[in-house]
Amino acid sequence: MRRKPAPPYRLLLAPHPSLLTDHEMEFFRISKDIPFMKHALVFNVISLLTFLLAVFFLATRGLHFSVEFTGGTLVEVTYAEAPDVGKVREALTRDGFADVQVQNFGSARDLLIRLPVQKDLDSARVSEKVMGSLKAIGGTAPELRRVEFVGPQVGKELATDGAMALLMVVTGIMLYLAFRFEWRFAVSAIIANLHDVIIILGFFAFFQWEFSLAVLAAVLAVLGYSVNESVIVFDRVRETFKKKRGLTTPEVINHAITSTISRTMITHGSTEMMVLSMLIFGGETLFYFALALTIGILFGIYSSVLVASPLLMWLGVSREQFIKPQVKKDEAVV
Amino acid sequence: MNRYPIWVYVTVAVALLLGALYTLPNFYGEVPAVQVSSAKATLKVDGKVMERVEAALKAGSLAPAGVTLDATSVRARFATPDEQLKARDTIERALNPDPTDPSYVVALNLLSASPSWLTSMHALPMYLGLDLRGGVHFLLQVDMKGALTKRLDSMSADLRTLLRDKNIRHAGITRDGNNVVIRFRDAETRDKGKNAIADSTADLQLAERQDGTDFTLVGTLGLPAQNKIQEFAIKQNITTLHNRINELGVAEPVIQQQGGDRIVVQLPGVQDTAKAKDILGRTATLEIRLVDDSTGALEGARQGQVPFGTELYTERGGAPLLVKKQVVLTGDRLTDAQPGFASDTNEPAVHLTLDSAGARIFKDVTRENINKRMAILLIEKGKGEVVTAPVIRSEIGGGRVQISGRMTSTEANDVALLLRAGSLAAPMEIIEERTIGPSLGAENIQKGFHSTLWGFAAIAAFMIAYYLMFGLISVIALAANLMFLIALLSMLQATLTLPGIAAIALALGMAIDSNVLINERIREELRNGASPQAAIAAGYERAFATILDSNITTLIAGLALLIFGSGAVRGFAVVHCLGILTSMFSAVVVSRSLVNLIYGRKRKLDKVSIGQVWKPEGKA
Repeated sequence: MRRKPAPPYRLLLAPHPSLLTDHEMEFFRISKDIPFMKHALVFNVISLLTFLLAVFFLATRGLHFSVEFTGGTLVEVTYAEAPDVGKVREALTRDGFADVQVQNFGSARDLLIRLPVQKDLDSARVSEKVMGSLKAIGGTAPELRRVEFVGPQVGKELATDGAMALLMVVTGIMLYLAFRFEWRFAVSAIIANLHDVIIILGFFAFFQWEFSLAVLAAVLAVLGYSVNESVIVFDRVRETFKKKRGLTTPEVINHAITSTISRTMITHGSTEMMVLSMLIFGGETLFYFALALTIGILFGIYSSVLVASPLLMWLGVSREQFIKPQVKKDEAVV
Repeated sequence: MNRYPIWVYVTVAVALLLGALYTLPNFYGEVPAVQVSSAKATLKVDGKVMERVEAALKAGSLAPAGVTLDATSVRARFATPDEQLKARDTIERALNPDPTDPSYVVALNLLSASPSWLTSMHALPMYLGLDLRGGVHFLLQVDMKGALTKRLDSMSADLRTLLRDKNIRHAGITRDGNNVVIRFRDAETRDKGKNAIADSTADLQLAERQDGTDFTLVGTLGLPAQNKIQEFAIKQNITTLHNRINELGVAEPVIQQQGGDRIVVQLPGVQDTAKAKDILGRTATLEIRLVDDSTGALEGARQGQVPFGTELYTERGGAPLLVKKQVVLTGDRLTDAQPGFASDTNEPAVHLTLDSAGARIFKDVTRENINKRMAILLIEKGKGEVVTAPVIRSEIGGGRVQISGRMTSTEANDVALLLRAGSLAAPMEIIEERTIGPSLGAENIQKGFHSTLWGFAAIAAFMIAYYLMFGLISVIALAANLMFLIALLSMLQATLTLPGIAAIALALGMAIDSNVLINERIREELRNGASPQAAIAAGYERAFATILDSNITTLIAGLALLIFGSGAVRGFAVVHCLGILTSMFSAVVVSRSLVNLIYGRKRKLDKVSIGQVWKPEGKA
């Protein structure tokens, strides 16, 4: 089908007929299977490098964990006029708060004060004492917006629970894929997607973005979501193996990736639109959550297609693994 | 081939209708209201209280937009916050004539403005979490070790009494960590002691040991006994917290057990954390005193001449009572109070258990005061309240006391609750605190709403531009998904938090995947030369397996978050999981119904509006 020239512009309130017939889009016009697997080695080397870089930053810089994990107190206050951050810091240090961090949050009028667990203070009273110190500085009175206090024991539990959740997601998905497809699929999908997780964490370590519970939730959600991508490619791999005879394994994988690439881009694009909207409109609280999702989605496209599939090839997937039960059936019919 | 039987359309229509109905209350917003609930466990809020509230409002010439009564409270709605404040003061004055001793909690609240026919079918708006409405959240850790040692201490005292009563000589009873160690001089006495202890309590597991010349018995609390003690401790602490929080005048406090040894306290709308902490940490005491029944004393007291060494109190029924100042026993000696039935008459009764020292004193006091009355008082903030004042019928030994007569079983329940409520069974510590200002809460709602709205708009615009009619159908299915999700959350009354709103947005962003899968599959079938009708049928059927697979992996991640997540993560996980389930229905069944309605009836279908289907050169 060829594109007709667009009709002349007309002012209409009802949907323009051209909307339904002529302005048709098809982004992906691919006539031949793209030889992704020819470059498999290159992709794997790129992946390995980013992965190692992420591990390096995680090891050297570490994650900047939020109060939820480390324990401590976080106080958010807002002023009618922008306060002097240095003065606030000084006042708090003078009042005996060790290792206090004061920074602007969102705007110059909002302050975020972070305190580690105070050993010699009744932990539950920290926020009140902080407010007392702030009021004593003089100038405009601060208004309390938010307090978060987390005891050290809670933080430790959250860390273990987070690790347990990750473990459950990984084993759950692997078991499901092994049951639904084959162990080679399970292994390559999980390696590809864990590689995403490490890269997200690498970003958080490199930029020292705050790693909170919400970010952890985003990481796990994106893990489940990216695995979809591999599942869809694998689904096609299986289907192609069954349908088309005489293709080599790389050819089959190329065909599978090529025929699903438009869906992959469109779905991820749509999800990313929503995430971008959160990034823009969601405010500080949702910012890092949306950021983790964004990195996860972008790398998810790459890894599920260009990491998982080569891995599948290296692991030696082949036609025989899928058609064995069907051979007999064919014979019976013939 | 693209026709559904009628029942499928009917099911979809009914689901959409129900979804719309249960989503509806969320659009009505909230009206200011005053909520009256009981401040004392002995007072019930009933129709009489409602009449009093109505009368008070009439007297104050305030016209409420409606007064309703539910299980625990009376709620009056008002048109403006101004009227609400005036009404609060008016009702407060009418119901609590003595401001230092309030009988009712009169609190400001916001109630859903949805019409009553919706409320009557339990269509309520979503329950907003603290980060959206503002308030305080505490997580309290109950010191279970403390509860166990407290119990073991009182047990060793009991054992001392028991052995003395049975004339079994021992060489000392001590608590050593989580054990009670009883020393004897010879093996024979030890055997006797062991039998006696085993007869009296099943909670202790006894082991014999020989330390040099000492023959010892080591009693350990069995696991069921430990669990029972811990369960009791946490229940009692929750009851106590309930009573205390009533004083704060919070409309809808949440006090719940979390895990084995934690209590969550959520106080929506409360900003004064210092006061809240004071109240949570305060201790109330229980006192048992004798009643002065001497002739003329009570009459004199009512006329203002309270005899020396006594105090005037009011009983629950309203009768005055003159109580001696001398304290016979304090609540520390009370180890348990349970409602039940009297062993002889089978009337409702309250069973008290005292520790051994308490039992000894109680025995002496009851022997000397037969046919007199004793009062049990709950003292909080220096003020006392008579819980009950029974007559002593006979000498009571052994520390097991039964209060019965002229009680309904509800009353017995209340009294037992109050007796236990006096003190905390185990010390508690605040291990997590979260305070969110009301302005921040409102901002969070705005931000969450805008994120979802613009994200949805962007997806809708793209889908319609790219897939035309099928895009529009996908967008309608996505809107239906959003509606189902909100309806489900409203029905389940799950708590919506900011991460929950983020999960709604993300669920929509991910749900469109299913429709993209279907649409791409249909395009592909068309590309391969299938007829439009066949392409639609094959597209939906083939895509379904893939949709199922991809949703299951996402669901696994959601479930893991649900199981291991707490707080913010759990709020996210609940919505995430529900969103996956609703998306399966809306993306597949709802969109297919629409497609079938539009295209299924056409016999000759030359073209479907799904955007351009490009065919590689040479294949066309």
